[in-house]
Amino acid sequence: MKDPFMLAGKEYRSRLIVGTGKYKDFAETKQAIEASGAEIVTVAVRRVNITDPSKENLLDYLDPKTYTILPNTAGCYTVEDAVRTCRLARAAGIGNLVKLEVIGDERTLFPDIPATLEAARILVKEGFTVLPYIHDDPVSCKRLEEIGCAAVMPLAAPIGSGLGIRNPYNIRIILEHSRIPVIVDAGVGTASDAAIALEMGCDAVLMNTAIAGAKDPVLMAEAMRLGVEAGRKAFLAGRMGKKLYATASSPLTGLIE
Amino acid sequence: MTVTLNGEERECPQGATLADLVAELGLSKRRIAVELNRNIIPRDEYTEHRLQPGDVIEIVHFVGGG
Repeated sequence: MKDPFMLAGKEYRSRLIVGTGKYKDFAETKQAIEASGAEIVTVAVRRVNITDPSKENLLDYLDPKTYTILPNTAGCYTVEDAVRTCRLARAAGIGNLVKLEVIGDERTLFPDIPATLEAARILVKEGFTVLPYIHDDPVSCKRLEEIGCAAVMPLAAPIGSGLGIRNPYNIRIILEHSRIPVIVDAGVGTASDAAIALEMGCDAVLMNTAIAGAKDPVLMAEAMRLGVEAGRKAFLAGRMGKKLYATASSPLTGLIE
Repeated sequence: MTVTLNGEERECPQGATLADLVAELGLSKRRIAVELNRNIIPRDEYTEHRLQPGDVIEIVHFVGGG
């Protein structure tokens, strides 16, 4: 069954987007990403280590010809820093796609909504394809759509918390109102969380710690791939209605006497 | 001459260009981005920028992140 995930005019088979942080080494990163089936991977932009500049690089393991590289603005607390980071990412020559996050609070890593909107406005104007990390807030998501973002990425729960979708009703409202892809980003803990996101009708899910923080990251990456696939298929299949009382599955006639 | 590279002071020969600095660091073939005094310099313009004392240079690349 052909069921492509369309993002910014490009077609993807996988609906799982994965981060590349917190792995033991680059070899494990590569193995986990291969097991996840992801075609889009997030990366961070940081200073080159000047004392050992020719050290191995992440992109030695993840070929930008094979993967769509999605640079993030993690660690940015201001519009200026986020925009500057995106410009640098683009100058490194891997395209216009950026994951915009402007953090508003150190402990929760919740996004700063006004700053995210402002940065998104600037970046869209500069020709970036903007995928913003945002609260599970339907109004903010609508504003980001109006600004011209390519998707919205509401959080399931705080970054790295593994709590799963804390407010499925808000995500449902976001899905009903959104005309651009909805990607649940952050807070997924295990495969069932990913499945729930897709079952609800989310277009994709983005995660890092849920895989990298598992005891066996490569196995969890595979579990996430299957969870996302199961959730998507269940969404397309259309689940049965819920009932309070039983309905027998076996015939009520022909019983022995 | 002294410049500031990624927050640290560094000695560079007089007349060195940004391309020379990038080459000296072994980064010529790497996927990097360079800022010179807060301005992003496209890769094909590294040779045009001769470093001046007190220049502030940032060289970034991609690392693991979520």
